[in-house]
Amino acid sequence: MHEAAALPVSRRAEAEGAVRPLEGLGLRVERAGRVLLDIPELRMSGSEITALMGFNGSGKSLLLRVLAGLVQPDAGTVLWAGRPPGRERARRLGFVFQKPVLLRRSAAANIRYALKVAGFPRAEIAGRTEAALASAGLQGLAGSPARVLSGGEQQRLAVARALALEPEVLFLDEPTASLDPGSTLAIEALVAGARGRGTKIVLVTHDAGQARRLAQEILFLQQGRLVERASAGQFFTGPQSEAARAFLEGRIHI
Amino acid sequence: MQDFGSAVWQALGLVASFDRDLLEIVLLSLRVSLTAVLAAGLVGLPLGAVLAVLRFPGSGLLVVLLNAMMGLPPVVVGLVLYLLLSHAGVLGPLNLLYTPTAMIVAQAVLVTPIIAALARQTVADIRGEYREQLQVLGVSRRTEVATLLWDARYSLLTAMVAGFGRAIAEVGAVIIVGGNINHVTRVMTTTIALETSKGNLALALGLGMILLSLTILVNAAVQGLRATAARTAYA
Ligand SMILES: Nc1ncnc2c1ncn2[C@@H]1O[C@H](COP(=O)(O)OP(=O)(O)O)[C@@H](O)[C@H]1O
Ligand SMILES: [Mg+2]
Repeated sequence: MHEAAALPVSRRAEAEGAVRPLEGLGLRVERAGRVLLDIPELRMSGSEITALMGFNGSGKSLLLRVLAGLVQPDAGTVLWAGRPPGRERARRLGFVFQKPVLLRRSAAANIRYALKVAGFPRAEIAGRTEAALASAGLQGLAGSPARVLSGGEQQRLAVARALALEPEVLFLDEPTASLDPGSTLAIEALVAGARGRGTKIVLVTHDAGQARRLAQEILFLQQGRLVERASAGQFFTGPQSEAARAFLEGRIHI
Repeated sequence: MQDFGSAVWQALGLVASFDRDLLEIVLLSLRVSLTAVLAAGLVGLPLGAVLAVLRFPGSGLLVVLLNAMMGLPPVVVGLVLYLLLSHAGVLGPLNLLYTPTAMIVAQAVLVTPIIAALARQTVADIRGEYREQLQVLGVSRRTEVATLLWDARYSLLTAMVAGFGRAIAEVGAVIIVGGNINHVTRVMTTTIALETSKGNLALALGLGMILLSLTILVNAAVQGLRATAARTAYA
């Protein structure tokens, strides 16, 4: 392991370089002649919760992937604290996919793996794993194979694994889309807790209720363009764009 | 030439009595093929995984080549190895011709492409699922390969078994580089070929039964293991 591995987390962040603020400049993604994403300027700072909303296929998942450095834009640049994305600093970001990707190991081993890869000191790994499992209410399932857990448990584990790394930014792509209300509230509690510890959250959600409960800022996408950016209060009481109004009223928008 | 019925009876007798010569042949077969498969796995599994993860100039061609090499004719491998190992050959000074080591090398050469090609496919499948998650965790290429190999371990056993099946059943290469010398390089398949040609059907049939049972046993064991792993979501 490299030198940074032995440093405490706060110093580790400095050693590897911060990732905030996240910026996108002239982002453009095209596939087969179709413009999937076209966002001239986007800057995300602070530690509030930003909800990305929009109709299906409006480019929410794609934007999240581009900002996380998982997809290269065809034009434009993503900047993490002023520099292009890099593998080392990817560890300062967390990402929870709509369908959680869990390794073929126990629940605890999934978290241990992430901590080890991120360079946490050996001596801290067991304790941090236990704490992460407990935070998600999974302490009783530590030894269970991750992939036999229920959908809600799997998603809680995925969130707990991401948060165990104390990321500066956590991306969540519709993390509760297929969960029941109980599991949904458990995930929301984890997310709110992370925000309280200073993690910036970017959350894709279809659920206006969830956005109301969690988010302070709303970004509304339509056909790959950012058509509205507003505080949650403003967005839900008086959306400016026709598309956002239609979305909130549950109308079909063509 | 004996009639078939009595040959079968005699064969069963030989197997049941743990005939010493028979046992020696079976053990040598197992030693040669297991060693060959182990060596082939040591090379083939990482090679397959690396080919699944890395794209470099010529990697596509390498995959095509690897897949083609799954069907290498054993006699050709035997012949090439014979030329290399014979007195006049480059590797002549090693004095390996007509030794079990030469047979191990021959089988390893035959089996490595099989294991590598199957491993590449298996690892590529898991990678499709893991890639973005590992990328987000900031995993290095080397760790990615190791992770994928580990998480694919139960599926990779199937590749190893396919390799073992090919190795233990193979005649052409080992008969050329081993020479089928009694008590030295005689394995099940070469003995079956020899004894059949001599009309000694009992011994040939006895060995045939053992060979078949071993293959079935190994396959059943691995399938059982995989089923257990799949049930507990580790595969
Ligand atoms: N890799 C890709 N190749 C081609 N089209 C893609 C790709 N990724 C996303 N798309 C397309 O981009 C559009 C936006 O997709 P996505 O970001 O998943 O939408 P959302 O998450 O808002 O529902 C969709 O029309 C989808 O088909
Ligand atoms: Mg989506």
